[in-house]
Amino acid sequence: MPIDKDTVKYTAHLARIDLGDKELEKLSTQLHGILDFIDKLSKLDVKDVPPTSHILPINTVLRPDEPRVSLPVEKVLANAPSREANFFVVPKVIE
Amino acid sequence: MNLNTLTAHELLEKLKNKKTTSQEIISSLYTRIKEVDSKVKAYVRLNQGQPPLCASENALTGTVPVTIKDNISTEGLNTECCSKILEGFKPPYDATVIRKLKSSGVTIFDLKANMDEFAFGSSTENSFFGPTHNPWDLECVPGGSSGGSAACVASDEAIWALGSDTGGSIRQPASFCGVVGLKPTYGRVSRYGLIAFASSLDQIGPLTKDVEDSALLMNIISGFDPMDSTSADFPVPDYTRSLGLDLKGIKVGIPKEYFVEGMDPEVKEIIEEAISKLKSLGAECKDVSLPHTEYAVPVYYIIATAEASSNLARFDGVQYGFRTKEKIQNLIDMYKLTRGAGFGEEAKRRIILGTFALSHGYYDAYYLRALKVRTLIKQDFDRVFMDFDCIVTPTSPTPAFKIGERTADPLKMYLSDIYTISVNLAGLPGISIPCGFTKKGLPAGLQILAKPFAEETLFRAAHAYEQDTEWHKMKPKL
Repeated sequence: MPIDKDTVKYTAHLARIDLGDKELEKLSTQLHGILDFIDKLSKLDVKDVPPTSHILPINTVLRPDEPRVSLPVEKVLANAPSREANFFVVPKVIE
Repeated sequence: MNLNTLTAHELLEKLKNKKTTSQEIISSLYTRIKEVDSKVKAYVRLNQGQPPLCASENALTGTVPVTIKDNISTEGLNTECCSKILEGFKPPYDATVIRKLKSSGVTIFDLKANMDEFAFGSSTENSFFGPTHNPWDLECVPGGSSGGSAACVASDEAIWALGSDTGGSIRQPASFCGVVGLKPTYGRVSRYGLIAFASSLDQIGPLTKDVEDSALLMNIISGFDPMDSTSADFPVPDYTRSLGLDLKGIKVGIPKEYFVEGMDPEVKEIIEEAISKLKSLGAECKDVSLPHTEYAVPVYYIIATAEASSNLARFDGVQYGFRTKEKIQNLIDMYKLTRGAGFGEEAKRRIILGTFALSHGYYDAYYLRALKVRTLIKQDFDRVFMDFDCIVTPTSPTPAFKIGERTADPLKMYLSDIYTISVNLAGLPGISIPCGFTKKGLPAGLQILAKPFAEETLFRAAHAYEQDTEWHKMKPKL
């Protein structure tokens, strides 16, 4: 059993996605099937194989630390669903 | 001759000789869109008012408009990844590819191409705006996720287009729509401004009517970009110099693992004929083995979803796009309700799968294991490329399938990409070119792969094949 309904529910919470009951039911069945298929990877012996997270021989790329012009605040805020002055508005976080 | 049916290189020639103007080209596209897009639905937000065309002032090569996929940022022009969660988003800056196109004098077309939401899909059925239809058979899908880009080029509603390819999203729709689609080597084209799906796999690339246009567009968009830390600082050759060369002495590997069960017999026959054609043009074709091929799809659906779950965390209703209208008590509820209502079914499925693969207790069994098998897949290619210049395969095991046929079973949909996915995992360049039609008149694509940064080999092989065939000249009847 690669995944059960409670695990899907908890994972959806971690991913900050609200799921309806029907959606949760359907998704659990589908994810179960997908993970069952993915389990074929466990057939392979990979003990001594190094992982590849990225294929280019480029690591820790740094740009020179030079000041540059940033996007204007007005442009950055232009897409905000809710704003006030120079801030994004969200529900109260601290009581 | 309608201007919209021409290739970019033909139009550039006409512009140079003052036989046409960019305004005439653009009008011909609008006329065509009015005529057929109600059937094809390659473009999104067709009825919304859009700002005027962003034509560049210092035109160097004349202005031939290019159509852009809805996940590539265009300043001030809606870029929504065909998702409700990015409703109304107008990027504050241009992607590097857009900046490069504008400074070369290429006009950015003001309508954007349909796609699967966040590029999650192989059929363009996962678009918030509804599916695109295949110009060769309106009951079929155009492939995906760059289905809009492929369909608008095939139906002459665009001259050329940009798409993005994470597991086949340029090549598979190119194959289904009978156009040329190129996924460049990982690092060849900057992704700055491409709304990220899976950062270790994504590449932007051209969808065009022929190989020459593909080379021309690659000349413009390739190259190092300090704004993308995965961009490779290697010189960019003039790709048009690879056109017109013969295939004598080119060594081509045919992987036996790609010709197995599940493959459509008509596609198999078409591909075998294409391989014979390559032989007759002087290529030396031999069977090779890529033994870990069967693991590519499971590896991909761990790595791609894991990366997507992280990349899509930014869509939370705070800085841009959709925010839930429901009454909310706290921030966590706002996130959950916004994301629950803003993402479509496939996006939610992938984010949750990816979150699971990265979560405590499952990381080693799924994510780390997938990264290790990715090494084995890459080594398979490294071994073959020690002795061969390119690898030739079908782009897809089947021609375009019917709309709705695979939506009920996500796994069946995932297997549509079985021949294209390994290429992204190994970071290789790959091109799909038209190579024939089934009896029902659906196109099939030939995929050619080469070593990293050997796009020149792809252009050489693809162009030699194209010059000796007529498939790329066929047009759908709409």
